[in-house]
Amino acid sequence: MENISTNNSRRSFLKITSLTGGGMMIGFSWLANLIPNEALAEITAPKEWVELTGFIKITADNDITIFCPNPEFGTNVMTSLPMMVAEELEADWKKIKVEMGDYDTPRFKSQFTGGSRAMNMAWVPLRTAGATARMLLLQAAANEWNVSVSELTANNSYVSHKASNKSVTYGALAAAAAKLPKPEKVSLKKISDFTLLGTPQKNVVGKKIVSGNPLFTLDYKQEGMLIAMVIHPPAFGMKLKSFDGTAAKKMAGIQDVFEIQVYKDGYTRAGFDTRAFNNLVAVVGKTTWEVINARKKVQVEWEPMATYTESVAGRGGKKMETIPGGLESTDEHLAQMNEMQKKPGKILRKDGDPEAAFAKAKKILERTYSAPFLSHNPMEPISCVAHITDEKAFFVAPIQIPEMMKQNIIANLDIPAEKIEMKLARMGGGFGRRAYGHYIIEAGLISKKVKAPVKLIYTREDDMTNGIYRPTYMVSFKAAIDENNQVTALHIKGGGIPENSIHENRFPAGSIENYVAEGWDIPSNITIGAFRAPRSNFIASAEQSFLDELAETIGKDPIDFRIELLQKAKTKPVGKNNEYDAARYIGVLELVKQKSNWSPSNNKNRGVAAYFCHSSYAAHVVEVSIKDGQPQVENVVTAMDCGFVVNPEGAKNMVEGAVVDGIGNALYGGMRFEKGVPMQKNLNQYRIIRHKETPKKIDVHFVQNTIDPTGLGEPPFPPVFAALANALYKATGKRLYNQPYLKELTKS
Amino acid sequence: MAKYKLKVNGKMMEAEVDPTTPVLWVLRDHLNLVGTKYGCGVGSCGACTIHLNGKAMKSCQLPVAAVAAQEITTIEGLSESGEHPVQKAWLSLDVAQCGYCQTGQIMAASALLKSKPHPTDEEIETAMNGNICRCGTYVRIKQAIQSAAKNAHQ
Repeated sequence: MENISTNNSRRSFLKITSLTGGGMMIGFSWLANLIPNEALAEITAPKEWVELTGFIKITADNDITIFCPNPEFGTNVMTSLPMMVAEELEADWKKIKVEMGDYDTPRFKSQFTGGSRAMNMAWVPLRTAGATARMLLLQAAANEWNVSVSELTANNSYVSHKASNKSVTYGALAAAAAKLPKPEKVSLKKISDFTLLGTPQKNVVGKKIVSGNPLFTLDYKQEGMLIAMVIHPPAFGMKLKSFDGTAAKKMAGIQDVFEIQVYKDGYTRAGFDTRAFNNLVAVVGKTTWEVINARKKVQVEWEPMATYTESVAGRGGKKMETIPGGLESTDEHLAQMNEMQKKPGKILRKDGDPEAAFAKAKKILERTYSAPFLSHNPMEPISCVAHITDEKAFFVAPIQIPEMMKQNIIANLDIPAEKIEMKLARMGGGFGRRAYGHYIIEAGLISKKVKAPVKLIYTREDDMTNGIYRPTYMVSFKAAIDENNQVTALHIKGGGIPENSIHENRFPAGSIENYVAEGWDIPSNITIGAFRAPRSNFIASAEQSFLDELAETIGKDPIDFRIELLQKAKTKPVGKNNEYDAARYIGVLELVKQKSNWSPSNNKNRGVAAYFCHSSYAAHVVEVSIKDGQPQVENVVTAMDCGFVVNPEGAKNMVEGAVVDGIGNALYGGMRFEKGVPMQKNLNQYRIIRHKETPKKIDVHFVQNTIDPTGLGEPPFPPVFAALANALYKATGKRLYNQPYLKELTKS
Repeated sequence: MAKYKLKVNGKMMEAEVDPTTPVLWVLRDHLNLVGTKYGCGVGSCGACTIHLNGKAMKSCQLPVAAVAAQEITTIEGLSESGEHPVQKAWLSLDVAQCGYCQTGQIMAASALLKSKPHPTDEEIETAMNGNICRCGTYVRIKQAIQSAAKNAHQ
């Protein structure tokens, strides 16, 4: 057993209280050191607890509810996180109810959906919460029966005493258990003793989803609620000059047309406060269709936006950021990036003497890769409900990291932290887009103005033309090969708009004696944000395509070549700060090799790629066919190492989805801009992968180990692009360097 | 504005709306049936799929004035409590990720099985191609349709 201190563990904090009418609740957070002591005071009214981010509720009737602390956008945290609690609680999973916790500003800092972090961040704290509750229930039974805890067992939501053949429900013990002092230490189960974790469990919300229950922000309704939409500039680099809402206001059902300024002048923008357009025209009315139509009647004049600077509080502290004016176009972006590739960049890492190695090289292979801006296009367009009154600021928000919105709400809506009440609605997809909650402020401003509850709805067009895209990138890989066909040096150089494309400390860094990575960036007024491992997904596509071509150039099998490099990194790593575990990297390559029956005779139309990011390892073998010149992915074999697999059913589903998403983005994804105007505005112009283009089969395998679990939202996604490109090369003889690949593949 | 009497999920319902209002918004805003989802408004994603006289139809492209006496079925009316064979298959295959598109997928799938109780893989792909799932659950969707077809006719 693993002993966990409930008091001193940095990430663990528990709070126990009685429910009126019997029962108990246990609240927990993993940033205990940030929580003031008064939070430890007992609270008896259950209402007080409804706002907690995560807790166990046990009623006298033995109904057990586990609250999921993290917002759900489809990675199935609502199943896997409560499973961690239930395992240690020894509760009957089949009878557990799961509910989404609301946002709680003062106590809980870790309602975090993003960065593939949920599993790892929750692993110790949530099990500790379950184990603490179990200990209290055992102690309550021991007191009741006057026996020692060691004589008792907790199982399936019952405590039993074998010797006397007595048994009692958790519910009957809960009221007494809640009055007991919290145990100073609890024991966590060994992985080999798990009965729930590691077994495939179905999505706890499944029934509600297939029944069409109102789960999403767009489904939310309340008395007197109005519908709001906003009009933003038609181009990046433009801003609102003036508008006339007279005609629109006369239309049926329309209440008001007015301007909102999203962030106040001088507001210091934090990392997730990205927004492209600060002045919007809001149209508010009774029903969606009325507002959609009225919006067309608003006369708006736009004008060019001048270059401006704003204060940004990022990782490196507060600084001024300059956002350039001007109307940008995709063709110019490509020309600018090509130009930057010719100039010296900023050296990010250097090992050995790459200049000397290149000078001595027998052969040099150099290739350049590029990718366009990508739009997230979550199925549920951006939305938010807000009802701002003097008493409170109520939101129903689809937001990945609500805590990151707190300062923004306080500053731009003039609302004190204690008045913020936020329901965390299930999100209809996110992929990173819903980390940026400017729409919460917009909805709040509109509610304040019309003094009513409002539901802000972005149309699909509003959503797709609003920015926060995956950046556009370029990178070149250059390898020096000596007379013995050994790779002696690697030079990586790249950048993007508006962020650099390089991860200088990732593989193959550490495996090549002479190595240099340099980067650059070009500022832009087109806004960017997280996107299922942004940068990683591009750099993986380039790196893993290059390694494939490099292996071919030196006459090696692409899997063997990668393993050979990784063996070097494992036994004699070059340089410092290598960001990967070479042994685990090798592990997924070996597993995918075995499961795909990788061999020259099988590999006619197959490509391989592997990548490590966001703490998990992934490798794919993709098999394609070409029909009438169009590529079709036939099947995919995947090997993952995400440590211990908490819920194999949900995990497999995540990986399958990432594979499909990767194929779609690689083949079809891309935003184009002409004079600042996004050329793709809806799903009839932005191609998303569909049923017909989906692989017939996706075989997902996990490396079996007992390492603390890590996430799957991002890691399986980046290597899909190159596995596909490498397979398409095998099938067509054409190497692909520029995304979307379909365009390059079908270009004559 | 005009009054429309609509037969929805076997019941007569009334809405006073502009004749151009798409059935999608009549369902969602006026009849409180929010299982039918808005995804694109241009008939490209299928999140708004309903049945019109038993056939799959994108409700964002269907003006209320065009419905007349035709029968509308939404996800809420597909079964009493989520027990339709297609819904059951969806649960047993654990299809959903975010879940937003799945009601539209289920309506498209159940209409397909009504007209073709034993669809081939190709027929499934063709019938379902108008329904996007951004989470990429297509492999499970296809398996669920195959499973529903099998279970409904055992």
